[in-house]
Amino acid sequence: MAKLKYDSVKVGDEIPKIEIKGVTRPDFVRYAGASGDFVPLHYDQIFVEAAGIPTVFAQGMYTAGLLSKAVTDYVGIGNVRRFQVRFATRVWPGDVVTCTGKVTNKIEKDGEKQIEGDLVVLNQKGEPAIKGSFRAACA
Amino acid sequence: MADKSAVGKTGKPFKMHVDWSKVREFARAIKDPNPIYFDQELAKKELGGVPVPVTFLQTSAFWTDETSSPGFGGFDMRRILHGEQEFEFFKPIFVGDTLTGVTKVADVLEKEGGRGGKMTLVITETEYSNQKGEKVAIARSTLIETGQAVKA
Repeated sequence: MAKLKYDSVKVGDEIPKIEIKGVTRPDFVRYAGASGDFVPLHYDQIFVEAAGIPTVFAQGMYTAGLLSKAVTDYVGIGNVRRFQVRFATRVWPGDVVTCTGKVTNKIEKDGEKQIEGDLVVLNQKGEPAIKGSFRAACA
Repeated sequence: MADKSAVGKTGKPFKMHVDWSKVREFARAIKDPNPIYFDQELAKKELGGVPVPVTFLQTSAFWTDETSSPGFGGFDMRRILHGEQEFEFFKPIFVGDTLTGVTKVADVLEKEGGRGGKMTLVITETEYSNQKGEKVAIARSTLIETGQAVKA
Protein backbone atom coordinates (compact mmCIF):
# COMPACT_ATOMS: atom_id res chain seq x y z
CA MET A 1 0.00 0.00 0.00
CA ALA A 2 0.99 3.64 -0.34
CA LYS A 3 4.22 4.37 1.46
CA LEU A 4 4.86 7.38 3.65
CA LYS A 5 6.86 10.10 1.92
CA TYR A 6 10.30 10.01 3.53
CA ASP A 7 10.81 13.75 3.11
CA SER A 8 7.55 14.59 4.86
CA VAL A 9 8.33 12.47 7.96
CA LYS A 10 10.13 14.18 10.82
CA VAL A 11 11.89 12.62 13.80
CA GLY A 12 9.45 13.04 16.69
CA ASP A 13 6.35 12.61 14.53
CA GLU A 14 3.68 10.65 16.40
CA ILE A 15 1.88 7.60 15.07
CA PRO A 16 -1.89 8.16 15.18
CA LYS A 17 -3.07 6.31 18.27
CA ILE A 18 -5.49 3.40 18.47
CA GLU A 19 -7.60 3.08 21.61
CA ILE A 20 -9.54 -0.08 22.48
CA LYS A 21 -12.11 0.78 25.13
CA GLY A 22 -12.11 -2.44 27.11
CA VAL A 23 -10.64 -5.70 25.81
CA THR A 24 -12.78 -8.77 26.45
CA ARG A 25 -12.44 -12.50 27.12
CA PRO A 26 -14.09 -13.21 23.74
CA ASP A 27 -11.30 -11.09 22.15
CA PHE A 28 -8.74 -13.46 23.71
CA VAL A 29 -10.67 -16.54 22.58
CA ARG A 30 -10.93 -15.19 19.04
CA TYR A 31 -7.19 -14.53 19.02
CA ALA A 32 -6.50 -18.03 20.37
CA GLY A 33 -8.47 -19.49 17.47
CA ALA A 34 -6.86 -17.24 14.88
CA SER A 35 -3.29 -17.68 16.09
CA GLY A 36 -3.20 -21.22 17.45
CA ASP A 37 -2.02 -19.95 20.82
CA PHE A 38 -4.00 -22.24 23.10
CA VAL A 39 -2.07 -21.59 26.30
CA PRO A 40 -4.94 -21.95 28.82
CA LEU A 41 -3.86 -18.87 30.83
CA HIS A 42 -5.85 -16.79 28.35
CA TYR A 43 -9.28 -18.43 28.49
CA ASP A 44 -9.50 -21.14 31.18
CA GLN A 45 -10.66 -19.61 34.48
CA ILE A 46 -10.33 -22.90 36.40
CA PHE A 47 -6.75 -23.34 35.20
CA VAL A 48 -5.64 -19.80 36.09
CA GLU A 49 -7.23 -19.89 39.55
CA ALA A 50 -5.39 -23.15 40.27
CA ALA A 51 -2.17 -21.33 39.29
CA GLY A 52 -2.96 -18.54 41.78
CA ILE A 53 -3.87 -15.92 39.18
CA PRO A 54 -7.19 -14.06 39.66
CA THR A 55 -8.44 -14.28 36.10
CA VAL A 56 -7.45 -14.85 32.47
CA PHE A 57 -5.33 -12.24 30.71
CA ALA A 58 -4.60 -11.31 27.11
CA GLN A 59 -2.09 -13.17 24.98
CA GLY A 60 0.84 -10.79 24.65
CA MET A 61 0.65 -11.31 20.91
CA TYR A 62 -3.03 -10.28 20.87
CA THR A 63 -2.05 -6.88 22.26
CA ALA A 64 0.98 -6.82 19.95
CA GLY A 65 -1.42 -7.40 17.05
CA LEU A 66 -3.45 -4.34 18.03
CA LEU A 67 -0.20 -2.37 18.15
CA SER A 68 0.91 -3.68 14.75
CA LYS A 69 -2.26 -2.22 13.24
CA ALA A 70 -1.31 1.23 14.55
CA VAL A 71 2.00 0.80 12.70
CA THR A 72 0.53 -0.46 9.41
CA ASP A 73 -2.18 2.24 9.46
CA TYR A 74 0.70 4.72 9.58
CA VAL A 75 3.36 3.23 7.25
CA GLY A 76 1.08 1.19 4.95
CA ILE A 77 0.67 -2.59 4.87
CA GLY A 78 3.62 -4.33 3.24
CA ASN A 79 6.18 -1.72 4.30
CA VAL A 80 7.12 -2.96 7.79
CA ARG A 81 10.69 -4.33 7.82
CA ARG A 82 11.02 -4.98 11.54
CA PHE A 83 8.57 -5.11 14.44
CA GLN A 84 9.62 -5.86 17.99
CA VAL A 85 7.69 -6.00 21.26
CA ARG A 86 8.65 -6.55 24.90
CA PHE A 87 5.85 -7.42 27.27
CA ALA A 88 5.79 -5.41 30.49
CA THR A 89 2.54 -5.63 32.43
CA ARG A 90 -0.34 -7.96 31.61
CA VAL A 91 -3.59 -6.85 29.99
CA TRP A 92 -6.76 -7.91 31.83
CA PRO A 93 -10.39 -8.10 30.66
CA GLY A 94 -11.90 -4.60 30.75
CA ASP A 95 -8.57 -2.81 30.36
CA VAL A 96 -8.55 0.20 28.06
CA VAL A 97 -5.46 -0.07 25.87
CA THR A 98 -3.89 2.72 23.84
CA CYS A 99 -1.39 1.91 21.10
CA THR A 100 0.96 4.66 20.06
CA GLY A 101 4.51 5.47 19.06
CA LYS A 102 6.81 7.96 17.44
CA VAL A 103 9.49 8.24 14.81
CA THR A 104 13.00 8.20 16.27
CA ASN A 105 15.27 7.94 13.25
CA LYS A 106 15.47 8.26 9.46
CA ILE A 107 17.94 5.96 7.71
CA GLU A 108 18.94 4.40 4.40
CA LYS A 109 19.16 0.62 4.58
CA ASP A 110 19.13 -2.16 1.97
CA GLY A 111 18.76 0.48 -0.75
CA GLU A 112 15.59 1.87 0.79
CA LYS A 113 14.63 5.03 2.63
CA GLN A 114 13.44 3.82 6.02
CA ILE A 115 12.21 5.18 9.33
CA GLU A 116 12.64 3.71 12.79
CA GLY A 117 10.40 4.33 15.75
CA ASP A 118 9.50 3.48 19.33
CA LEU A 119 6.16 1.94 20.23
CA VAL A 120 4.15 1.65 23.41
CA VAL A 121 0.84 0.18 24.55
CA LEU A 122 -0.52 1.80 27.71
CA ASN A 123 -3.34 0.64 29.96
CA GLN A 124 -5.87 2.97 31.62
CA LYS A 125 -3.48 3.54 34.54
CA GLY A 126 -0.79 4.75 32.15
CA GLU A 127 1.32 1.63 32.74
CA PRO A 128 3.10 0.21 29.69
CA ALA A 129 1.77 -3.22 28.71
CA ILE A 130 4.17 -3.35 25.77
CA LYS A 131 7.26 -1.43 24.81
CA GLY A 132 8.42 -1.97 21.27
CA SER A 133 10.05 -0.63 18.16
CA PHE A 134 9.70 -0.80 14.39
CA ARG A 135 11.47 -0.07 11.12
CA ALA A 136 9.57 0.60 7.89
CA ALA A 137 10.21 1.50 4.26
CA CYS A 138 9.19 4.91 2.91
CA ALA A 139 8.87 6.31 -0.58
CA MET B 1 13.53 -26.88 32.81
CA ALA B 2 15.67 -25.52 30.02
CA ASP B 3 19.44 -25.17 30.34
CA LYS B 4 22.43 -23.93 28.35
CA SER B 5 23.00 -27.31 26.68
CA ALA B 6 19.94 -26.61 24.49
CA VAL B 7 21.68 -23.72 22.65
CA GLY B 8 22.15 -24.49 18.96
CA LYS B 9 19.56 -27.28 18.93
CA THR B 10 17.50 -27.13 15.74
CA GLY B 11 14.04 -28.52 15.04
CA LYS B 12 12.94 -30.38 11.94
CA PRO B 13 11.91 -27.97 9.12
CA PHE B 14 8.14 -27.43 8.91
CA LYS B 15 5.94 -26.26 6.04
CA MET B 16 3.46 -23.44 6.52
CA HIS B 17 0.90 -22.77 3.82
CA VAL B 18 -0.35 -19.18 3.91
CA ASP B 19 -4.09 -19.63 3.74
CA TRP B 20 -6.46 -16.74 2.95
CA SER B 21 -9.09 -17.91 5.45
CA LYS B 22 -6.48 -17.86 8.19
CA VAL B 23 -5.25 -14.40 7.17
CA ARG B 24 -8.78 -12.99 7.29
CA GLU B 25 -9.49 -14.66 10.63
CA PHE B 26 -6.26 -13.24 12.03
CA ALA B 27 -6.96 -9.72 10.72
CA ARG B 28 -10.36 -9.84 12.45
CA ALA B 29 -8.79 -11.03 15.70
CA ILE B 30 -6.42 -8.05 15.79
CA LYS B 31 -9.30 -5.71 14.86
CA ASP B 32 -7.87 -4.73 11.48
CA PRO B 33 -10.68 -4.31 8.90
CA ASN B 34 -8.30 -3.10 6.16
CA PRO B 35 -9.84 -4.28 2.84
CA ILE B 36 -6.44 -5.36 1.55
CA TYR B 37 -6.82 -8.56 3.63
CA PHE B 38 -10.39 -9.18 2.47
CA ASP B 39 -10.46 -8.11 -1.20
CA GLN B 40 -8.18 -10.21 -3.40
CA GLU B 41 -8.61 -8.00 -6.48
CA LEU B 42 -7.66 -4.87 -4.57
CA ALA B 43 -4.70 -6.61 -2.91
CA LYS B 44 -3.46 -7.90 -6.25
CA LYS B 45 -3.66 -4.43 -7.76
CA GLU B 46 -1.98 -2.70 -4.83
CA LEU B 47 0.66 -5.20 -3.73
CA GLY B 48 0.62 -8.15 -6.12
CA GLY B 49 -1.17 -10.42 -3.66
CA VAL B 50 -2.93 -10.58 -0.31
CA PRO B 51 -0.34 -9.67 2.33
CA VAL B 52 -0.13 -11.11 5.83
CA PRO B 53 -0.51 -9.10 9.04
CA VAL B 54 2.81 -8.16 10.67
CA THR B 55 2.49 -10.74 13.47
CA PHE B 56 0.83 -13.44 11.33
CA LEU B 57 3.84 -15.79 11.40
CA GLN B 58 2.80 -16.47 14.98
CA THR B 59 0.17 -18.81 13.51
CA SER B 60 2.93 -21.24 12.54
CA ALA B 61 1.94 -23.03 15.77
CA PHE B 62 -0.77 -24.63 13.62
CA TRP B 63 1.78 -26.06 11.22
CA THR B 64 4.33 -27.44 13.61
CA ASP B 65 4.46 -30.50 15.79
CA GLU B 66 6.88 -31.57 18.51
CA THR B 67 9.53 -32.64 15.99
CA SER B 68 9.70 -29.04 14.68
CA SER B 69 10.57 -27.74 18.13
CA PRO B 70 14.29 -27.71 18.81
CA GLY B 71 13.52 -29.10 22.28
CA PHE B 72 14.66 -27.12 25.26
CA GLY B 73 13.27 -29.19 28.09
CA GLY B 74 9.79 -29.14 29.56
CA PHE B 75 8.23 -25.87 30.53
CA ASP B 76 5.66 -25.60 33.32
CA MET B 77 2.70 -23.99 31.53
CA ARG B 78 1.52 -22.26 34.71
CA ARG B 79 4.76 -20.33 34.93
CA ILE B 80 5.37 -19.34 31.31
CA LEU B 81 5.52 -15.78 30.15
CA HIS B 82 6.15 -14.55 26.64
CA GLY B 83 8.87 -11.98 27.26
CA GLU B 84 9.66 -10.57 23.88
CA GLN B 85 8.93 -11.09 20.19
CA GLU B 86 10.57 -9.70 17.08
CA PHE B 87 9.92 -10.11 13.36
CA GLU B 88 12.29 -9.05 10.64
CA PHE B 89 11.10 -9.09 7.02
CA PHE B 90 13.28 -9.43 3.91
CA LYS B 91 10.71 -10.19 1.16
CA PRO B 92 6.92 -9.92 0.97
CA ILE B 93 4.82 -12.88 2.14
CA PHE B 94 1.55 -13.48 0.25
CA VAL B 95 -1.50 -15.69 0.55
CA GLY B 96 -0.77 -18.83 -1.46
CA ASP B 97 2.89 -18.99 -0.46
CA THR B 98 4.26 -22.13 1.11
CA LEU B 99 6.87 -21.21 3.69
CA THR B 100 9.47 -23.47 5.24
CA GLY B 101 10.41 -22.66 8.81
CA VAL B 102 13.34 -23.88 10.85
CA THR B 103 13.53 -23.10 14.57
CA LYS B 104 16.68 -23.13 16.63
CA VAL B 105 17.54 -22.28 20.22
CA ALA B 106 19.60 -19.09 20.03
CA ASP B 107 20.27 -18.71 23.76
CA VAL B 108 19.28 -19.81 27.27
CA LEU B 109 19.82 -17.36 30.12
CA GLU B 110 19.18 -17.42 33.86
CA LYS B 111 18.14 -14.20 35.59
CA GLU B 112 17.06 -13.09 39.02
CA GLY B 113 13.53 -11.79 38.55
CA GLY B 114 11.30 -9.61 40.67
CA ARG B 115 7.78 -10.83 41.37
CA GLY B 116 8.28 -14.34 40.02
CA GLY B 117 11.65 -15.32 41.59
CA LYS B 118 14.43 -16.88 39.50
CA MET B 119 13.74 -16.91 35.77
CA THR B 120 14.97 -18.96 32.83
CA LEU B 121 14.89 -17.20 29.46
CA VAL B 122 14.86 -19.22 26.23
CA ILE B 123 15.44 -17.32 22.99
CA THR B 124 14.45 -19.09 19.79
CA GLU B 125 14.89 -18.00 16.19
CA THR B 126 12.74 -19.25 13.36
CA GLU B 127 13.91 -18.55 9.83
CA TYR B 128 11.26 -18.63 7.09
CA SER B 129 11.90 -19.10 3.38
CA ASN B 130 9.34 -19.20 0.58
CA GLN B 131 8.71 -21.71 -2.23
CA LYS B 132 11.33 -19.94 -4.37
CA GLY B 133 13.95 -20.54 -1.71
CA GLU B 134 14.11 -16.85 -0.76
CA LYS B 135 14.59 -15.96 2.91
CA VAL B 136 11.48 -13.94 3.77
CA ALA B 137 11.54 -13.46 7.53
CA ILE B 138 13.07 -14.25 10.89
CA ALA B 139 10.98 -14.50 14.07
CA ARG B 140 12.80 -14.18 17.40
CA SER B 141 10.97 -15.19 20.53
CA THR B 142 11.88 -14.96 24.21
CA LEU B 143 10.01 -17.27 26.56
CA ILE B 144 10.39 -16.90 30.31
CA GLU B 145 9.82 -19.60 32.90
CA THR B 146 9.45 -18.01 36.32
CA GLY B 147 10.39 -19.72 39.57
CA GLN B 148 6.79 -19.49 40.79
CA ALA B 149 3.45 -18.31 39.41
CA VAL B 150 3.62 -14.55 38.93
CA LYS B 151 1.23 -12.81 41.27
CA ALA B 152 -1.07 -10.22 39.79
